[in-house]
Amino acid sequence: MQALGVRDLVKDFGKFHAVKGVSFTVDEGEIFGLIGPNGAGKTTTLRVISTLLQVTGGSVSVFGHDVTKQADEVRRMISYLPEDAGAYKSLTGAEYLNFIAGFFRPHHEEREAMVRHGIEIADLAERIHDKVETYSKGMTRRLLVARALMVEPRLAILDEPTSGLDVINSREIRALIKGYARAGTAVVLSSHNMLEVELLCDRIALINEGRIVEAGTPSELKAKHGVTNIEDVFVKVVTA
Amino acid sequence: MLTPQTILPVVVMSIIFASLGGLMGDIDESITARPTVGMVDADQTDLSRVATDFIEHNAKVIYNGTSPEEGLKKVERSDGTALLIIRQGLSASIMNNTTGVIEVRWVMRGGGLTDTISTAGVEVLLAGLGQEISRALVANHTRLNTTIVLAPTVRNDTTILKGKTLEGVSPSQVANMLTNQAFVVPVIILMIVIMSGQMVIASMGMEKETKTLETLMTMPTRRSSIVAGKIIGAAVVGLVAALIYMVGFSYYIGSLSFGGLDPAKFGLGLGPADYVLVGASLFLAIMAGLSLSMLLGTFAENFKSAQTLSFPIVALALIPMFFTMFMDFDTMPIAVKALVFAIPFSHPMMAFRALMFHQYWLVLAGIGYMALFNIVIIAVVVRIFKTDRLLTGRKPKAFSGKTGWPLIDALARLGAKR
Repeated sequence: MQALGVRDLVKDFGKFHAVKGVSFTVDEGEIFGLIGPNGAGKTTTLRVISTLLQVTGGSVSVFGHDVTKQADEVRRMISYLPEDAGAYKSLTGAEYLNFIAGFFRPHHEEREAMVRHGIEIADLAERIHDKVETYSKGMTRRLLVARALMVEPRLAILDEPTSGLDVINSREIRALIKGYARAGTAVVLSSHNMLEVELLCDRIALINEGRIVEAGTPSELKAKHGVTNIEDVFVKVVTA
Repeated sequence: MLTPQTILPVVVMSIIFASLGGLMGDIDESITARPTVGMVDADQTDLSRVATDFIEHNAKVIYNGTSPEEGLKKVERSDGTALLIIRQGLSASIMNNTTGVIEVRWVMRGGGLTDTISTAGVEVLLAGLGQEISRALVANHTRLNTTIVLAPTVRNDTTILKGKTLEGVSPSQVANMLTNQAFVVPVIILMIVIMSGQMVIASMGMEKETKTLETLMTMPTRRSSIVAGKIIGAAVVGLVAALIYMVGFSYYIGSLSFGGLDPAKFGLGLGPADYVLVGASLFLAIMAGLSLSMLLGTFAENFKSAQTLSFPIVALALIPMFFTMFMDFDTMPIAVKALVFAIPFSHPMMAFRALMFHQYWLVLAGIGYMALFNIVIIAVVVRIFKTDRLLTGRKPKAFSGKTGWPLIDALARLGAKR
């Protein structure tokens, strides 16, 4: 089933045209990567899908629900992890997960089960009971990834999911994302780490100056451009 | 440094102090002007004519007859301050070494401290009247008790205020009696509004600074629920803090002397229904403060800018506090009346005094106005929460023209210039 359908998406901020007609689809269980240079429109696209920004033109639907007209239904199905997200510093990690779980699981036992799952994903050991303000950048990011994934979204929207994480933590998070995808979660992610994109994504779209300039599986793109890695595809397409 | 945020507070405070200066100037004029009085000489003796001649020379007498009721009506109609009644037997009492009685029926138009300014002239007149009678007694070489010569008369005060006749009290005593509410309630409301309001604005600034707002906005909950949650949370904390403050401040004010008069003794006490109305007025005023704070908070970029944005709330709470502390709504100039009525925080500040004098229309009108005010502001806030403005600081394309939301456009222009 199609999890996400973006059709001729246009997003303007006054006179500035951030997204100029972007189209792509993502199926259930698929990991789709959105890559591009800074200011290309990746984050804007992700924010529109997440119902944070209004659509200027075109349409975006999540499991058949329009993000503008049926925003409440869409938010029940998605989980969005911004690139520079934060957590409430006065709460402990566990309290923060409990706060978020409360939006998705009103019943006490279900909420507790979700929090336990989140604590497992975060893998912060006893530090989960310390205040977020005492966490390092990497620990905060692990907590936020846990927050995003513990709710078992049907569509996960992840902007730089492993930002600030060391190699080992990044590998663990990538493995986690792949596990969720295998279980049926559709994933849209954005990353500047081309290795991560190549390892994780089933399909990639390269966005530049608000338009998709290339799309396909990593293998297809590498073959098409006669290169051995996605980073070279990126440089070739963007500088062309 | 020359930004709207730094210049605006200076300009607004200058306007406030200039207005207060003008008000003080008007008060000064009132004090030095001749008082407007009526008089009734029921004694009709040489001594009483000394008194009436003195009054004629030192006041503007608008009634000089024999009927106290008619005299009082004339004083009320002509914006006079008091009706002075020289009781029959004044001269006889004094000659019998007993103080004579001068009855003073004061006409107060409002319960504010400034409403007692006009009575100062009459107080001076009465003091002078006593001295004039003393001079007459000395000049006539009367063999009277020295005490009587020095203080030949006593006053019997009755104050008429908003249709209520308060026997045995002067206007200054009435104003003192009302001062407790006049000072305590506005200060408490000011504290609640400032504390809670700053909490809401700071919360919005912190959410943007710590990047938690985007996550919150993608949660499966309505925008109106997020707005309500922030307002209610701040309201609870603000009310608890205000309760603590109220106990302490009331104890402090209670320890000061305000004439020791009990309003209930004069039929000015409040019943249970009145307290319900005060409570409703207070609640709606707090909600108005929080709604406005949420609106301002949507324009906060971070915690620091949030502090600047709380200034309009502080100013809006200070303006009615200053006016209602010193003036009665009934006697305010029309422009000030309109301004005070328009500011939601004014209504609980005026509620106690209004209910004492059964001015239910003012309290109920205030409650109705504040309810409407809250609905409109919260609707505007929820609308902003649904737009891009909250996250990007930019006007959405649809708002780039004349939108019918001039407040949003004005604040957006202010934010854009930052």
